[in-house]
Amino acid sequence: MSNAGISAGNQNHPIKTVREAINEALHQEMERDPTVIILGEEVAGGAGCKGSDEAYGGVFGLTKGLGPRFGRGRVIDTPITESAIIGAAAGAANTGLRPVAELMFVDFIGVCFDQIFNQAAKFRYMFGGKATTPMVIRATAGAGLRAAAQHSSMLHPVLTHMPGLKVVMPSNAYDAKGLMIQAIRDNDPVCFLEHKLLYETSCPVPDEIYTIPFGEAAFCREGSDCTIVAMGAMVPRAILVADKLAAEGIHCDVIDPRTTSPLDSEAILESVEVSGRLVVVDEANPRCSVAADISSIVAEHAFSALRAPIKCVTAPHTPVPFAPNLEDAYMPSEARIEQAVRDVLGAR
Amino acid sequence: MKYSKQLLVEAYKTMTTIRQFEERMIKEFMAGNIPGFVHTYDGQEAVGVGVCMHLSDEDIIGSTHRGHGHCIAKGCDIELMILEIMGKSGGLCKGKGGSMHIADMDKGMLGANAIVGGGPPLVNGAALSMKTLGKPDVAVSFSGDGSSNQGTVMEALNLAGVLDLPHFFVFENNHLAEGTGDEYAVSGGIAERVRAFDIPCDKVDGTDFFAVYEASKKAIKHCRSGKGPYGIEADVIRYDGHFIGDPQAYRGEGELEYLREHKDCLKIFRARVTSEGWMSDTELDELDQHAADAIEKGVQRGLAAPQPSADELYSDVYSSY
Ligand SMILES: Cc1ncc(C[n+]2csc(CCOP(=O)(O)OP(=O)(O)O)c2C)c(N)n1
Ligand SMILES: [Mg+2]
Repeated sequence: MSNAGISAGNQNHPIKTVREAINEALHQEMERDPTVIILGEEVAGGAGCKGSDEAYGGVFGLTKGLGPRFGRGRVIDTPITESAIIGAAAGAANTGLRPVAELMFVDFIGVCFDQIFNQAAKFRYMFGGKATTPMVIRATAGAGLRAAAQHSSMLHPVLTHMPGLKVVMPSNAYDAKGLMIQAIRDNDPVCFLEHKLLYETSCPVPDEIYTIPFGEAAFCREGSDCTIVAMGAMVPRAILVADKLAAEGIHCDVIDPRTTSPLDSEAILESVEVSGRLVVVDEANPRCSVAADISSIVAEHAFSALRAPIKCVTAPHTPVPFAPNLEDAYMPSEARIEQAVRDVLGAR
Repeated sequence: MKYSKQLLVEAYKTMTTIRQFEERMIKEFMAGNIPGFVHTYDGQEAVGVGVCMHLSDEDIIGSTHRGHGHCIAKGCDIELMILEIMGKSGGLCKGKGGSMHIADMDKGMLGANAIVGGGPPLVNGAALSMKTLGKPDVAVSFSGDGSSNQGTVMEALNLAGVLDLPHFFVFENNHLAEGTGDEYAVSGGIAERVRAFDIPCDKVDGTDFFAVYEASKKAIKHCRSGKGPYGIEADVIRYDGHFIGDPQAYRGEGELEYLREHKDCLKIFRARVTSEGWMSDTELDELDQHAADAIEKGVQRGLAAPQPSADELYSDVYSSY
């Protein structure tokens, strides 16, 4: 358990966006370790056109500048071929490199799922510990940009379900940098899910290299009345609700697990032991989800501490709709989070 | 005259509708009236129209992220398309799919597809239905140069070849996949890849409606007669950005201007039919105007339409929680 999270970047540090923080982490690790390579669609900038070869740097600009700085031998533009991208990353990871592969949108994981689930995730165990697969799969995730059903999913529950994978979901720029550096140095395959709505959010981020260990939740707010566990883009929403309620004298712990695999269940259980109330906020669909998993862990290990039924605030069990009013209703809102906290506080 | 007046009118009417539709979508997007990601088909009209003029509602097409033109060419109602693209109630998919997932099963339009390479395997399935049910229909997949690199597309080619499916593979090589050129990303050639699966494949000038029309006629006849799949690789241009709002830094100096001047399939069509004396400029201008009026009407309807009702969030899925 640590109190890092949003407050950890000291006010003297420069303000950086999540996009800049991840970009800086990639620069620093590539500088430090020549075995780190990047591959994906337009990650180096695009190629084979008549104009600039630096039009992109990943479509969201996360890898901007890496191609010119480290050369196209280490920052590799690929065709549209996700299975081959992830397969190459996994094979290279087994044989001496530390690839960071980009899936433009996490939804495209469907195209290359075998290479992740049957291959990368299983090598170390299946080969009796004789293989290591130090690779990172970076992917943009989540709803909110009106990108509709095939470009808006949150798939961390699917990935968290799989033994062998680690799953990281930064909620702010400070964590994003430290977690990315950790992800690159980790010896297991790591899925690093970047929420679209967070890319331009910012906070103080040190220029220096630092890591944030996996499996250590951050306490973004502290209070003993209710425990709110929130992930990814839901963290800033949960914080806003907690701050609003604090003005009324209702004080909540806001816990950001930061990694869903491994999960810091200890931090959550300790908080619930005190508050007796739990609200889990997650943008993913509700069934067999991380929210359901956290609820079950608490029900199993802190049942006697609970003073109210657990509430989960999630997306409905539907794909992501296109129409803006429907998409807004799909995502957990501050109003729904607030209502859930009031409900668990009201319950006896 | 080699072509009937009816055919020429139909071809131009559909091409100018697509062009003006896309130009209007760009305007409405910029004005904030269209949410999300939109990829326009302007520049490639001759392909969609040259292929789909041979198809009926019973025939099936599978489209891509750049799907508006295929929809219009397949006969989808443009007003209902606009409602969909604006995310409004009454849209082709109730406002729940949007530009990237627009579909119309009644018109044999199996859907745009936001997963590159997602279409061809599905179109194999449509072709399998036709073959199994003994129908004389044909299934057509559209793919880009970028899409030709997906394993799913190569697997679909192989299966279509193995099962002799009535699947017409249309590759629209606009030489760009976002900011990646086919010169870099396609090892070997697209038509050559198709032929490697023992599927005949013709290369065609995709800026020439008549070339596409003739090549498709031959290909579709082949598919309908039970001889198995056929392919074309159409050499085309992308007339605008990858998506609306794309700064297109990957374009060369003067590249777009050159393409718009020399490779515009509508200009090429007009030059051909007027020089042959098949149609006059006045007739063509009138068709332009008709299309503009229809689009204007659709846009006004789209702007005025209500959002989908809130309960649509939970409909059309087997179970909601
Ligand atoms: C599986 C998958 N990978 C990547 C993308 C992102 N993407 C959307 S369109 C596109 C380029 C497609 O190029 P091409 O097939 O040539 O079609 P064009 O855009 O030229 O019509 C890319 C990379 C995607 N939508 N799906
Ligand atoms: Mg292309």
